[in-house]
Amino acid sequence: MSDSPLEFDLDEVSPRQLIWQRFKRHRLAMVSIVFLVLIYLMAGFCEFVTPYGTETRNVKAINAPPMTIRFVDEGGQISLRPFVYGYDMHVNADTWMREYTENTNFRYPIYFFSRGERYRLWGLIDTDLHLFTTGHKGYVHFFGTDQLGRDLFSRVFYGARISLSIGIVGVVLTLFLGIFFGGVAGYLGGIVDRLVQRIIEVLQSLPTLPLWMALSAALPVAWSSIGVYFGITIILSLFGWPVLARQVRGRFLALREEDFVISARLLGASRMRIIFKHMLPSFTSHTITTATLAIPGMILGETALSFLGIGLRPPVVSWGVLMQQAQNYQVIVMTPWLLIPGLFVVLTVMAFNFLGDGLRDAIDPYSANREAS
Amino acid sequence: MRAYIARRIFGMLPTLALISIIIFVVIQLPPGDIVTSTLDRLQAEGVEVSNDQIQNLRAQYNLDQPMVFQYLHWIGGFVVGDMGYSYLYSRPVNELVWERLGYTLLITVSALIFTWAIAIPAGIYSAVRQYSIGDYLLTTVMLFGLATPSFLLALIVMYIGYEWFGITIGGLFSPEYRDVPWSLDRVSDFLGHLWIPMVVVGLSGTASTMRILRANLLDELNKPYVVTARAKGVRPIKLLIKYPLRIAINPFISTIGLLLPVLISGEAIVSIVLGLPTTGPALIQALINQDMYLAGSFLMLLAILTVIGMLLSDLLLAWSDPRIRYE
Amino acid sequence: MTDNILEIRDLAVQFKTDFGVTRALNGISFELPRGKVTAVVGESGSGKSVTANAIMRLINPPGKIASGNLIFSPDGGTPFDIIALKETDPRLVQIRGDLISMVFQEPMTALSPVYSVGNQVAEAILCHRHITKQQAWREAAEMLVRVGIDDISRRIHQYPFEFSGGMRQRVVIAMALVCNPELLICDEPTTALDVTIQAEILTLILNLQQELNNSVLFITHDLGVVAQTADQVIVMYQGRVLEIGSVRQILKAPLHPYTRGLLAAIPALAKKGQRLETIASVVGDEDIETPYPLTRLKDGRQISLSPQALERIINE
Repeated sequence: MSDSPLEFDLDEVSPRQLIWQRFKRHRLAMVSIVFLVLIYLMAGFCEFVTPYGTETRNVKAINAPPMTIRFVDEGGQISLRPFVYGYDMHVNADTWMREYTENTNFRYPIYFFSRGERYRLWGLIDTDLHLFTTGHKGYVHFFGTDQLGRDLFSRVFYGARISLSIGIVGVVLTLFLGIFFGGVAGYLGGIVDRLVQRIIEVLQSLPTLPLWMALSAALPVAWSSIGVYFGITIILSLFGWPVLARQVRGRFLALREEDFVISARLLGASRMRIIFKHMLPSFTSHTITTATLAIPGMILGETALSFLGIGLRPPVVSWGVLMQQAQNYQVIVMTPWLLIPGLFVVLTVMAFNFLGDGLRDAIDPYSANREAS
Repeated sequence: MRAYIARRIFGMLPTLALISIIIFVVIQLPPGDIVTSTLDRLQAEGVEVSNDQIQNLRAQYNLDQPMVFQYLHWIGGFVVGDMGYSYLYSRPVNELVWERLGYTLLITVSALIFTWAIAIPAGIYSAVRQYSIGDYLLTTVMLFGLATPSFLLALIVMYIGYEWFGITIGGLFSPEYRDVPWSLDRVSDFLGHLWIPMVVVGLSGTASTMRILRANLLDELNKPYVVTARAKGVRPIKLLIKYPLRIAINPFISTIGLLLPVLISGEAIVSIVLGLPTTGPALIQALINQDMYLAGSFLMLLAILTVIGMLLSDLLLAWSDPRIRYE
Repeated sequence: MTDNILEIRDLAVQFKTDFGVTRALNGISFELPRGKVTAVVGESGSGKSVTANAIMRLINPPGKIASGNLIFSPDGGTPFDIIALKETDPRLVQIRGDLISMVFQEPMTALSPVYSVGNQVAEAILCHRHITKQQAWREAAEMLVRVGIDDISRRIHQYPFEFSGGMRQRVVIAMALVCNPELLICDEPTTALDVTIQAEILTLILNLQQELNNSVLFITHDLGVVAQTADQVIVMYQGRVLEIGSVRQILKAPLHPYTRGLLAAIPALAKKGQRLETIASVVGDEDIETPYPLTRLKDGRQISLSPQALERIINE
């Protein structure tokens, strides 16, 4: 033990603490993890976080632009309670499009933890408590509305629940397939190995999106939302596992020759014990990293398929389904806020990438592109 | 080297055979077939169809034969260059695919070149100036490209094009050049349209390519052979290019194989958004309408394109790395 | 003209790490006499290799030369300070490969795998002399033959992975000597080789040194090698010089307790059956951690010891 409290003894730092030490230095990864925890929490409690349901229409606001949250009113008076101004709608005589301006006569204060639409949280708890509403009069649309007058803010977070969970479920499935096939190939070797290798090679040489398209087009139209959800998840995982399997196989092959595995075998440990007790733990960390970096691919895949109209379908709300409304440039030019779900896709994917980078650098300090920001 | 090429080409065949089986299964997956969907349409229009006619139709499309026969019929025709008949367009598939495939190839290859033109210098800079502001800036910008779905990027480009420059972006030709024979003007019009899908498709692969090169180069920069070369007096720029970069580029070459499926995927979706006359939009139409010969041919051709790309990248690698050549 | 080819004055090298600044070299000073072999011995981490890299200005970030001078006196030329050279100075290119050259520890990785050995040896010439490629290749071939590579017309076109470890080290030596440098630095050139090959390579280096008459800085932790090769010996420990003396002085009558420890740690036939001494057991309570300045004794050797210990030694 050292006498000075400021010095720390290297011997007392566990590998886990060391990883955490290194991870903490990766500032972007730290920011990302905060962002991801927040957005997953918001998606988990989206009924509570958002003021409206997915199908609630506001006929006074069709294709209305995002509102500005204000603390200072027209007269320069500061209000501690944030508020928004209602819309004034008029039709442009040239383009026949609705145009909205703020009407300072309609001032809607935002109340926190207030009552609003009734909903059942996770289908269990019957309540009408929301994070914020404008009370019973007025309306609030931070991200604007779509052509049916549905609140985009609410729909983005409901969509987050679907899009984000597909990422996780898909990766778990991918992990399972990848570890299974990679492990079998790496441990058994021989003809099994060659067969799995060949399948991996074939799957990796297929352009994913066209095949995803073909498979999702094959999902029966009659399937329920939940069926399509799992169908799409399985389709996404089908082409995701080869990368992981290849990695796991390589590690298995290398580990099989490691001294500690050989000595375990010589000591008479069973095959299962060797695999689960000695080999798997030694590459869990790498597996976690790969899994983290695989999630963005899943999210982007779902978004692309739903955007093309062959993934999830309304009334299911996902980021891809929301993006589907912005198919052509007329819509984008008129209602650019419909691209907001895309912004969430980009931020989430980036966050997962940074997180994966941070994890890899923390776990494997010798990896070349470690960042010490 | 010649033996190596022969071995690699020969090794492609089982891969392609497996791919064709997968593709055939995939296009057979949807319930029903072209006859049932035709019948549905005819019945919706009030046309009565007799059982005999149905049988005739099924026989005409070989639908009454076992699956294995249908597969062999399809792949057999494919091998000799007959890709079957498109129900959707009522024309042989051969007449429909080549032009679209050509445009796909053109966009994909130019996107690949664009990716490299950006990623290689960026990767080198990022590795040599590791942890510099430029390194962070480049890495972050590239990550934005990686994280932005290519269709979103296409939408943004369309928005910017319309809102800032007042031009409508889409297609590969201006209306006046769409259906005229090739001329110098048509080529320049084409090139004027080509760069947008090229950039949009290419950007998606830039980040990963740059990061691979950066990581490879960082791995190599401090290898003993670089120190040796420096100690014998090789000047800095030549040192960088001849020693670490030369080695770092090797695994990078092998990533062409992995990049191609990504680019072809990106090309498909970007073409749908931008309305380009390539394989993407036609494929999705064929899939939705269960035009199996057309869909199958597109999928198969795209897969062949990828496999050939991988083969080329392997050969390039063997040419550039003596260790592989002499294996 | 001095009789020292290189004078190292107060050379300090630092490495920035996550845990603060590590001093790899703590202001070391010694001279390399012209035409002689100087051996630097010490355990891992004593700063031997850092010294070699510093001489050729090969210290990369996070490391940096913090202070000191490296006065190099080329044969017949004006002495200059290597550390003061700008990165663009043509004399720096001369330092690297022409005036000074280096043989590295790891022959397996010291050559680029994608160029033929001929290419890599000829490049060393082309970097410093304006001659044709053919001429450079011819000279490279001559040098390769001199270091003992047979069947040269075939071997010169082969790649490093087609050579054994010992053969590769011969290539590296050829590459280092092809420009006939005034100073050859050998950084543990035999450590990574099989014992039988070690002797061959050592003999080769010494024979070539006799022929070409250049000065050699020989870095090793093998005192047996020192005995065979060196004229002067420098003992390093933790980035400092502990003792400098002739090979006879250091090996037969070491004065510094650490040097004694090093010598005691060599297994010897005469001591067969006895427990091997460790450095710690020999050094005992003697203070070798505190840096003391080098003091020159009457017999010419220099030693870094506390005043009391120094007193004791002189009285003995």
